[in-house]
Amino acid sequence: MLHLFVIFLSAILVNNFVLTRFLGICPFLGVSRRVETALGMGMAVIFVMTLASLVTNLIYNLVLVPLNLLFLHIITFILVIASLVQLVEIVLEKISPALYRALGIYLPLITTNCAILGLALLNVIKGHNAIQAIFFGLGAGIGFALALLIMAGIRERLELADVPVALQGAAITLITAGLLSLAFMGFSGLVKL
Amino acid sequence: MLNPITLSIIVLGGLGLLAGSGLAYASKKLVSKIDPKVEAILEILPGANCGACGFAGCSGFAKALIEERAQANGCIPGGEGVANQVASILGVEVEVREKRIAKILCYHRGASQTQFDYRGLESCRAAALLFGGNKACLYSCLGLGDCILACPFGAITLIKGKIEINEERCTGCGKCVSICPKGVIALVPEEKGVHVLCNSKDKGAIVRKICKEGCIGCGICVKVCPEKAITLKDNLAHIDYGKCTECGACVEKCPTHAIEMVNG
Repeated sequence: MLHLFVIFLSAILVNNFVLTRFLGICPFLGVSRRVETALGMGMAVIFVMTLASLVTNLIYNLVLVPLNLLFLHIITFILVIASLVQLVEIVLEKISPALYRALGIYLPLITTNCAILGLALLNVIKGHNAIQAIFFGLGAGIGFALALLIMAGIRERLELADVPVALQGAAITLITAGLLSLAFMGFSGLVKL
Repeated sequence: MLNPITLSIIVLGGLGLLAGSGLAYASKKLVSKIDPKVEAILEILPGANCGACGFAGCSGFAKALIEERAQANGCIPGGEGVANQVASILGVEVEVREKRIAKILCYHRGASQTQFDYRGLESCRAAALLFGGNKACLYSCLGLGDCILACPFGAITLIKGKIEINEERCTGCGKCVSICPKGVIALVPEEKGVHVLCNSKDKGAIVRKICKEGCIGCGICVKVCPEKAITLKDNLAHIDYGKCTECGACVEKCPTHAIEMVNG
């Protein structure tokens, strides 16, 4: 139980996917303009990461390992993640149109996000079982959402700040991201895996 | 044991087949039915997805129409014809809205006097970041054609260094208006033929130095207009199209010929 909690916490803070592992930087910079959209994206990522983590882990352990086809894992993961997100989108539209509209465009957008594939591959490297994979995926998703929300909050304030001309726009955003990443380095040493 | 190549083909193909048929089944069984009205309206709409209606593309507009969040005459490029057809599907009355077209309010339309040599990205928005563009007049059309790329109907072209708007193709969607960094494009009523072809808010003396055809804010047109349709604001004449009768008095008296009459 403690081990699961450590996996969960380390995925959120210590090994944050965006700020420590530098995965999923594109949506981190692209969708962090408004807190509202960041929240939508964050929720979609948490959802897809948890699900994708479990399903890819099952496919890996139940199909690829017994058949000795480990070299196929990347292409299989991509296939599985892509069709999974499609399926989730269709099902969601049917059973919960409100949630479907809230997640909106972000659901299909994250299909091809490297953070999702990175998550599946990290599961393999760390040798997680199915339950560990769920917690790892959930933690990774929450960590991503956390980073995105913090960034969006800062950027909303930045719009009102008097930024030097040379640093306006993308430059100040990247500097902010770098400082945020440095701040998250402070969590290293919190847990040891 | 099969050889690994055959096995991987079988496994990957099998997974793909499984995922594909699963998705096909789900989309057949689960997808909520699209309202036939939405499809009918979608066929009428121009399909340019220009967004002038304020919704995300034509399908967004069609959905909004069914949910009564949009007006039947909301499609600006479609104009009167589309509005009537949409209204007949929805079974509502339609209010016809006056057709407007885009007009570049600059006599030179990109060929005005320059103050330095600009060698950079061929884009008005990029050029405008550097001292507001290379034209002597700060308010002038830069002529690098961001509006040409923005126009979903191919109505804007560059002819001999000047930006030309094809009035027949222009639907008045306003894409060019919002993309222009100089704000030199305006939507004007198609019916009206008299326009002030200048955007400069500079004082008359400055305008005179850099542009022969610019509005110097002398106010002669304001005095001469029998309908009191012209007002002077920020050293620039504005025509109230609601009042203008196209008598042409201002066109004749304007000392710099900044006011133009199109229809004769």
